Amino acid sequence: MSMIEINPITRLEGHGNIKIFKDDNGNVDSAYLQIPELRGFEKFCMDRQCELMPQLTSSICGVCPIPHHLASIKTLDNVFNAPPPERAVAQRKLMHFGYFLEDHLLHFYFLGGPDLLLGPDCPPEKRNIIGIIEKYGKDVATEIMEHRRMGQDIIKILGGKAIHPAFGIPGGVSNAVTPKQLDDIEVMARSLVKFSQFSLSLYKQKIHEDEFYSTAVVSDEYSLDCYNMGIVNDKNQPDYYDGDIRITDAEGNEVIKFHPSEYLDHIGEAVEKFSYMKFPFYKKIGWKGLVESKDNGVYRVGPLGRYNATTGYSTPLADKEGKELEKTFGRPCNMTLAYHWIRLTEVLNVSEQLLELALDRDLVLEGDLRTPVNKVVGRGVGCIEAARGTLIHDYEVDQNGLMKDVNLIVPTTHNAAAISLSITKAAQKEIDQGVTDKDHMNRVELALRAYDPCFGCATH
Amino acid sequence: MSKGKIAFYWAGSCGGCEVSIVDLDEMLFEVLEHFDIVFWPCAMDIKYSNVEDMDDEEIDVCFFNGCIRNEENQAIAELLRKKSKIMIAFGSCSHLGGIPGLGNLSTKEEILEQVYKKSKSIYNEEGIYPSNSVDDHGNEIEIPSLREHVDALDDVVEVDYYIPGCPPPADVIKTALLTLISGNIPPRSEVLAPNRTVCHECKKEKRDIAVKEIKRVYQLDDIDPNRCLLEQGLLCMGPATREGCGAACPSANMPCTGCMGPPSADPQSENCEQGARMISAIASITDVVDEKNSEEEEIKAALDELRDPVGIMYMYSMPKSILKRRRRE
Amino acid sequence: MNEDNGDFEPKIVGFLCNWCSYAGADLAGSSRLKYKPNVRVIRVMCSGRVDPLFVFKAFEKGADGVLIAGCHPGDCHYQCGNYKTMRRMHVMKKMLEQMGISPERLRLEWVSAAESTRFVNVVNDMTEKIKELGPSPLKEEVASNE
Repeated sequence: MSMIEINPITRLEGHGNIKIFKDDNGNVDSAYLQIPELRGFEKFCMDRQCELMPQLTSSICGVCPIPHHLASIKTLDNVFNAPPPERAVAQRKLMHFGYFLEDHLLHFYFLGGPDLLLGPDCPPEKRNIIGIIEKYGKDVATEIMEHRRMGQDIIKILGGKAIHPAFGIPGGVSNAVTPKQLDDIEVMARSLVKFSQFSLSLYKQKIHEDEFYSTAVVSDEYSLDCYNMGIVNDKNQPDYYDGDIRITDAEGNEVIKFHPSEYLDHIGEAVEKFSYMKFPFYKKIGWKGLVESKDNGVYRVGPLGRYNATTGYSTPLADKEGKELEKTFGRPCNMTLAYHWIRLTEVLNVSEQLLELALDRDLVLEGDLRTPVNKVVGRGVGCIEAARGTLIHDYEVDQNGLMKDVNLIVPTTHNAAAISLSITKAAQKEIDQGVTDKDHMNRVELALRAYDPCFGCATH
Repeated sequence: MSKGKIAFYWAGSCGGCEVSIVDLDEMLFEVLEHFDIVFWPCAMDIKYSNVEDMDDEEIDVCFFNGCIRNEENQAIAELLRKKSKIMIAFGSCSHLGGIPGLGNLSTKEEILEQVYKKSKSIYNEEGIYPSNSVDDHGNEIEIPSLREHVDALDDVVEVDYYIPGCPPPADVIKTALLTLISGNIPPRSEVLAPNRTVCHECKKEKRDIAVKEIKRVYQLDDIDPNRCLLEQGLLCMGPATREGCGAACPSANMPCTGCMGPPSADPQSENCEQGARMISAIASITDVVDEKNSEEEEIKAALDELRDPVGIMYMYSMPKSILKRRRRE
Repeated sequence: MNEDNGDFEPKIVGFLCNWCSYAGADLAGSSRLKYKPNVRVIRVMCSGRVDPLFVFKAFEKGADGVLIAGCHPGDCHYQCGNYKTMRRMHVMKKMLEQMGISPERLRLEWVSAAESTRFVNVVNDMTEKIKELGPSPLKEEVASNE
């Protein structure tokens, strides 16, 4: 046996390496995605004052701090039994949409996207944002940066800073947009709708030109049959802020829909020795380890998981795009590389939702920002769709408002098994008969990048 | 003229410091005119083996963020120190230990136990922890261990400069980068940020009154957005925190949590002790009903809601505090 | 921790304010009163001068106990220094407890310039109590660092 290692995996959040073991014939025997980090939030958040949890948990991830902040504050709303007023929810949604857009755009242009836009075999020195700037020019690069900045600015307006804002109070929020700021957000939203359409056109142009992608996208090596999860509204469309959790199987049939507070009945987390990342699975089916099988409760979250767990988009332009997606890939779709197109469709969907919200002046500008808080009820569960998938916070708080127990299931953690299976399949195809050059290693990594993984987050 | 070489690396971190660099937006063009980025795992496909192949001190400046939580963090800190002329501790975690530093209130066993055995959703009948192992095919798979406790960067390697903040504010980063580009290198081991407290930048009205009672943020029915939060009874770390962020959190009507670390503090000396400073600040501004008749009970009532002083006052700086970690009697 | 208590002699750092408690301690000396030698005295102008930094530093250096002695409330030479000390004490004790150091190891006492006997009683009592608690949990590390 020999081992080749990709260390570290790059163009994503967090630490990781891929260890590929080859037998004496040079064929891949096994492949492991290893996440070597753990900071221990589920331990050191205990005994903390509960109102600091939104800021403490936000530091789980600086790429997706907002969903943690918001899931945390929603959890505390439940701990105190203080549902926030509608105006407060509107502010939270503004922040969430701003985040969602810039995070997805970050992935497409900085993280996983360069594999697509520059080709998987582009030299490593150029296969990144610097290569994007060179290929598409400073003007396009400036547009990319401006539109990401819009998302970050919305967060900053509400929370003081874009990364790790201060904003949520149990039962409400500390701050709200002014009429002038809302005018600015409306302008941003319109521009973001256009920019998402531009990004979609870039994607489609590239896919049609690129020989690797047009075959890879539909290949078995870059596909995976498993269950799918996402939060839905009552029409089973994606609801990125609130709703029930829906799980569908590989054929698209609903297997269960439940309120997030019941998540423990449905989700368990398995442990493997070789990685600090846990492996959530759908309990009814059970955990069979890292095998692709109908009898294994492996599921996906994030854009592809949401697409497969839902029936269509709630806004017109995104819905049209979704129908085109369906015509091309079908629904459900088991093709991992389809994550990219669906991700961009979500950018369009959320841009439209941001615009709808910005136009609802009465909701955003009038009313209370806080529900008075009374006593600690005890336990609360809060759930939200981050860009990368379903995020669950579960707190137990004592009568003095101190944290007694913390349980977190984070988007990329849900995807742990699926990503592991995807890289194994890609490695088995790409690295065989002694071929080990850098480009083929990147073809393994790009299977992983399609998920937009966030491993510091996943291990917390 | 040849460009300088810079690197960005993350240890026990959240990725926020990397995003703060990406958020420089158009300033990135200027950075790329002066520097080649030779290592940046978040955004570029350069691997550890490429770094090992570099000459010693080939990298001009390494911006290192993240705390030292596990063996790999330490090993890469040492590798990058060797390969870099200047090592900058970038962000709260490498400067002071950061929020993961709160892990020093537990042993590493306690952390592993909570995460892999006690957590509510865990399914781990064999009670295994991640560790070096051998799989069914006889493949040996190593995994780095957690260290006994969290350290800041200068606890394991020599650090030349510090850029504080969680993440460092854009203005602080820009000023530091422009300084580097200009070549006017400041004295070694300086913290590259202004030197007064957050209170100086905070625009809220301060009336210099004493506080009767410390309250939790949800216990205040109305937070007056125009007045000092500390004077309203919220525990704002402003008096014990270095400025540079524009008082970002108070501008959103939330108390400062202290991410820039203590002001005028040399991280390589004792006075990087943020908790002690905040204790003195609280003692100075709280005023029980009648000072001349102070009783234990009155003080207790005024300060009772300060239930987790360690979590609040050392939120970012526990590994750099004097006591550094929890002991057991 | 407790097996060796017979031989264990606590090292206690004592911050005594110049105007009251240091004078009281001085009076105990000139009156030839006998008391346990375990307190290492540091004279400060006011108990309010005692920065929490000093307290943490003392423990970090291996002190088994820290005593702060000042003027009785109302008698502070600087009006309100000792009130600040009282408030700091409250938070310091909570912090020490969270950091795994028994809050009993930190003590605040009021000793006036005339109260030599009181000073003697405080020192003797504190030494006994710390003896019962045993060596500070930081003691071993300090020894191994030397």
